[in-house]
Amino acid sequence: MNILFYIAAFLAIITTVKVVIGKNAVHTLLYLIVSLLSISVIFFIIGAPFVAALEVITYAGAIMVLFVFVIMMLNVSKKERNKENELLKPNIWIGPSIISIILFMEMVYILTYQPAHTMTQHKVLLDAVGKLMFTKYILVVELAAFLLTAGIIGAYHLGQKEKMIHHRYLKNEKMKS
Amino acid sequence: MNIPMEQGILLAALLFCIGLTGLLVRRDAIFMLMSVEIMLNAAGVAFVVAGSARGQADGQVMFIFILTMAASEVSVGLALIIQLYKKFKSLDMDRASTMKG
Repeated sequence: MNILFYIAAFLAIITTVKVVIGKNAVHTLLYLIVSLLSISVIFFIIGAPFVAALEVITYAGAIMVLFVFVIMMLNVSKKERNKENELLKPNIWIGPSIISIILFMEMVYILTYQPAHTMTQHKVLLDAVGKLMFTKYILVVELAAFLLTAGIIGAYHLGQKEKMIHHRYLKNEKMKS
Repeated sequence: MNIPMEQGILLAALLFCIGLTGLLVRRDAIFMLMSVEIMLNAAGVAFVVAGSARGQADGQVMFIFILTMAASEVSVGLALIIQLYKKFKSLDMDRASTMKG
């Protein structure tokens, strides 16, 4: 069981690096989906099967499909892609990499100077999650509902097309501005 | 199945740092949004691993809330990207930094 965890973790890290350094948006998206699937394997191994299923259905299934649709809609040109390639030169990426490596080293330092915990054997089942969600965290569930409503309205408002103007005067006004 | 909790948290930290690097380096709006997704997902991994170490369900509940937030954030972000592309005819975020119109 342990070796499965390490293989999945290795795969997740490799594919995530590929996402960050990738050039073609669609290929990058597919790598991101592989990364999410391997993280879902990790969730399954550490005893959270419900969350593993949610990761596959919602992240890899729904959110990534949104990305695919938008990339299909945009039709990014070749010129743009060449400009993006120039960003991947060393003098651009070396500074940010150093910053995040420092952050990661601090994290490693904190984690290594602590007594080790092993994870418990029993897995947390779905009914415990549901009970906790609708008793202790009920307020947060309602706030999440608000957030989703705001997301729907915001996406609808931002995504709608510009209204056609038929009147001559208003059309001229728009040209001027 | 005796994986130390530290290794799970370490994986989450590494994923978060990779996502942070991507967010800082890339200027393409879609890649930046993907990097944000990676970082949110890494935070979710940390929650689930910590909850699993204690044998309690709180971590998984938090992961569900992170998932909700990621979904609404992506829908609004992608709508913004479409508007941006209509306006500037490019996905370069540097071009959108002028705050003009």
